[in-house]
Amino acid sequence: MIEAPDLSLSALSPFLFVFGAALVGVLVESFAPRHVRQPTQVALALVGTVGGFACTLLLAGRGEVTAAGALAVDGAGLFLQATIAGLGALSVLLFAERALDPARSAFVASAAVPAGSPRDRELLTDERVQTEVYPLATFAVGGMMLFVAANDLLVMFIALEVLSLPLYLICGLSRRRRLLSQEAAVKYFLLGAFASAFFLYGLALVYGATGTVRLAGIRESVTTDGTGTLLVLGLGLLVVGLMFKASVAPFHTWTPDVYQGAPTPVTAFMAACTKVAAFGAVLRLLYVAFGTADWTWRPLVYGIAIVSMVVGAVLGLTQTDVKRMLAYSSIAHAGFLLTGVIGLGAGTGSGLAATLFYLLAYGLTTLGAFAVVTLVRDGDGEATQLSQWAGLARRSPLTAAIMTFLLLALAGIPLTSGFTGKFAVFRAAIEVGAWPLAVVALVTSAVAGFFYLRLVVLMYFSDPAEDGPSVGVPGLPTTVVLAVTVAATLVLGVVPGSVLDLADGAARLVG
Amino acid sequence: MSDVPWLLTMIVVPAVGGAAVAALPKGRDALAKQAALAVSLLVLVLAVLATVAFDTGGERFQLTTAVDWIPAFGVQFALGVDGIALVMLLLIGVLVPVVVVASWRDTGPGGRSMKAYFAWLLVLESMMVGVFAATDVFLFYVFFEAMLVPMYFIIGSFGGPRRQYAAVKFFLYSLLGGLVMLASVIGLYVVSNSQIGEGTFAFDALRQLDIDPGVQKLLFLGFFVAFAIKAPLVPFHTWLPDSGAEAPVGGAVLLVGVLDKVGTFGFIRYCLPLFPDASRTFAPWILGLAVAGILYGALLAMGQSDMKRLVTYTSIAHFGFIALGIFAFTAEGGSGAVLYMVNHGISTGILFLVVGMVITRGGSRSIADYGGIGKKAPVLAGVFLVAGLSSLALPGTNSFVSEFLVLLGSFPTRPVFTIVATVGIVLAALYVLLLIQRAVHGPARGKVTDTAFPDLRRREMVVVAPLLALVIGLGVYPQPLLDLINPAVAATMGDIGSDPAGTQPATAEQGAN
Repeated sequence: MIEAPDLSLSALSPFLFVFGAALVGVLVESFAPRHVRQPTQVALALVGTVGGFACTLLLAGRGEVTAAGALAVDGAGLFLQATIAGLGALSVLLFAERALDPARSAFVASAAVPAGSPRDRELLTDERVQTEVYPLATFAVGGMMLFVAANDLLVMFIALEVLSLPLYLICGLSRRRRLLSQEAAVKYFLLGAFASAFFLYGLALVYGATGTVRLAGIRESVTTDGTGTLLVLGLGLLVVGLMFKASVAPFHTWTPDVYQGAPTPVTAFMAACTKVAAFGAVLRLLYVAFGTADWTWRPLVYGIAIVSMVVGAVLGLTQTDVKRMLAYSSIAHAGFLLTGVIGLGAGTGSGLAATLFYLLAYGLTTLGAFAVVTLVRDGDGEATQLSQWAGLARRSPLTAAIMTFLLLALAGIPLTSGFTGKFAVFRAAIEVGAWPLAVVALVTSAVAGFFYLRLVVLMYFSDPAEDGPSVGVPGLPTTVVLAVTVAATLVLGVVPGSVLDLADGAARLVG
Repeated sequence: MSDVPWLLTMIVVPAVGGAAVAALPKGRDALAKQAALAVSLLVLVLAVLATVAFDTGGERFQLTTAVDWIPAFGVQFALGVDGIALVMLLLIGVLVPVVVVASWRDTGPGGRSMKAYFAWLLVLESMMVGVFAATDVFLFYVFFEAMLVPMYFIIGSFGGPRRQYAAVKFFLYSLLGGLVMLASVIGLYVVSNSQIGEGTFAFDALRQLDIDPGVQKLLFLGFFVAFAIKAPLVPFHTWLPDSGAEAPVGGAVLLVGVLDKVGTFGFIRYCLPLFPDASRTFAPWILGLAVAGILYGALLAMGQSDMKRLVTYTSIAHFGFIALGIFAFTAEGGSGAVLYMVNHGISTGILFLVVGMVITRGGSRSIADYGGIGKKAPVLAGVFLVAGLSSLALPGTNSFVSEFLVLLGSFPTRPVFTIVATVGIVLAALYVLLLIQRAVHGPARGKVTDTAFPDLRRREMVVVAPLLALVIGLGVYPQPLLDLINPAVAATMGDIGSDPAGTQPATAEQGAN
């Protein structure tokens, strides 16, 4: 007689909502007539993500381990899940935008048709809309939420795959510049597979060293037996696998290409949600499983934080494409986030709360920035060349103002959420004595400031190019996304008190 | 009257005014100017009323307002002024309306609407008031950085031909300095957290910390770099000539007259009281930079062919004097430095404005394009001369009092540096008089004959009149300002525990002579 594992259905409710919506979405895709699919799928995806978001809010304050110890329901996990679900809902809205592209969608009508074939050209102007992206994205959101709650390395690995596979697919679904998009998908898939292999290998080594895949069990084993070569090697490989997903340099090489090639709403989704999920897993792994052996991972994380900040900031300077520039910005921000991870200290530091806040603030701001990118278009789709943005402020002062505000937030200018976040993580790092890291972070912030400013300079101080791009009038979904992200960036910069308190209260990991 | 939140009002009024001006419909430039003038005059009135409410014999910080802002970080929205900050607020109050009137007929490059310019001016005024009125280090930092944004747009959108380059250079230099300071700000917080038990940014609490000398040095350097870039001291100055030359004249007046003073204000408000040991350790080095700046700025000023660049280089020399007075650690030197901050704002302000009027008429910034202005525009030439004399600190003008006080105060503790600095006075006479000789005297030539070169118009008279009155007035009777400044400087020098033997109280007689 096998005993059923203890399952707290209420603790699982966010997953039930999101995965449930995704499964129903698959059914809709198979059985519903074409003309009702788009509205149904959008509604389903929104119900799933918003429902998941609401459930995590209702669970706030819980601290337990459930599903036979495989899942942790704790403050930090719920905060991250809410962040992922909320950002996921906003991303779905970006997916659903129909007013910008003349063919009514940013996604290719039929992904299996070879790019450049006669059928493809026919479909280019067809208003048939692809709806598979919605269940795929919902699956990815579910995987991400599971990723940050996994209390077991195996569950973490499964979640990693659940979130990655749909992402590989939807990266290749761009309606415009299809070859670039498909190249991005293949590249992401190949390198992602490598990263998964690293993670799996690390998992095996850690299991070999400790005899368990439970994070708490690993911690116990580390405390009693100390760390051997096998365990340190395993930890290193696990970290490599996670850092890949978080697009931390030197594991970042896929990021610019994939961010550039993927359809912009998908890029926004990846930049915001994947980052949150990957860092959530990093925090849980390092803190719950290896919190007592922080001396083993601290130098490693210290080093890659510096590499990531420097690579992101310096290579960002040379970019000529807005999406690539934001990709390097995301790499630099990953480095800033790692300063918060360093600030975890031996568990007493304010690093956890700071990192949670930073993830929320950065996710919202970067989502907004990519949403602006979807607006600036020429006859060939989005105009992502930096030179095409020259003089944008004359054509569309409001768009330029929004983009400027978001860029200032990414640069960390006070009165924006970016500043509050940076202040929080740097404070955490300095508190545990990592002030050299904080100084490097501040100097690279100034370097990164240069490429954000360059775009502002182009938009405001340059004369508009002849036959430059036009700014599309967004429909309701994109307008909502822009309004939410800009408002949040402002509020988290001017009166961040309550959200900081929330992150502070949520900064608890069980295991 | 002291329970009226004067400082908060002085921050909110121009901010709201700026937003209102920005929200005006297209093509209402005239209304934008009028609104900007009205708001800036209102701020001047508020500054005067705040001064009346300020009790010179009272507590160090007055007119205080404090509400919790970000409790998680221990940040308060805390405002308050001592005499030093108050005279800077008065300077802002005077300069902004003058700049608004001076920019009345400006046109933006490429036919840009000037509405945004006036909106940014008001936003800038709000930030400037905030930066001087903040008594919470975090809040100070927020204003310090946020202040960059309006100035960046003023230079970048409305400046000269190389405005993009200048604006970015200005922003990046300041941002870099600011971020290094942020590291120190956080460091202070961490120290306060370990000493008091809860992190705070309140200036009064931080002043009483007993910081380990090694840590003090590091924290001091963080603040110092930010302020040395802002002030700017040699060798952190290279952004200023570009920004000053490319900024529109009104922006340049505020940039050099007020924004850069945040640097010297920072030295005296934050570096000295918070890090007394480190200040003493580094003082000889900083004095070296100050004196180098006096000589280097003056020499480069002499070599300039561009009038606006010349004025910015004279400022670098003047900032050297201010730093000399501050880091001499005497009450007289400190009072002289603070008075110098005000006087420099006035005399450089008027010099920039006059130079701007000449450039508007001739359409060139090159000194070689002018000659004999006095023949065609005698009143303009006269104002030019007075502005120049004020800049070289001729007795009877405002700058003389402050320069003399700085030298007098520095000599007892730092004789060598002071003697070298006096060479700067001679050089100042050279660069100013050479400029006047080339541009104003002699036969009319160059742009003066090629173009219609009218004398001062009535609007321009209105612009220069108040500043001229201050040049002479403060030159003859600086006592009211010194009464405000002296107690605050004495308190600061008390914080640093400067050697009383080298300190003589700055008395009324010495100030007035």
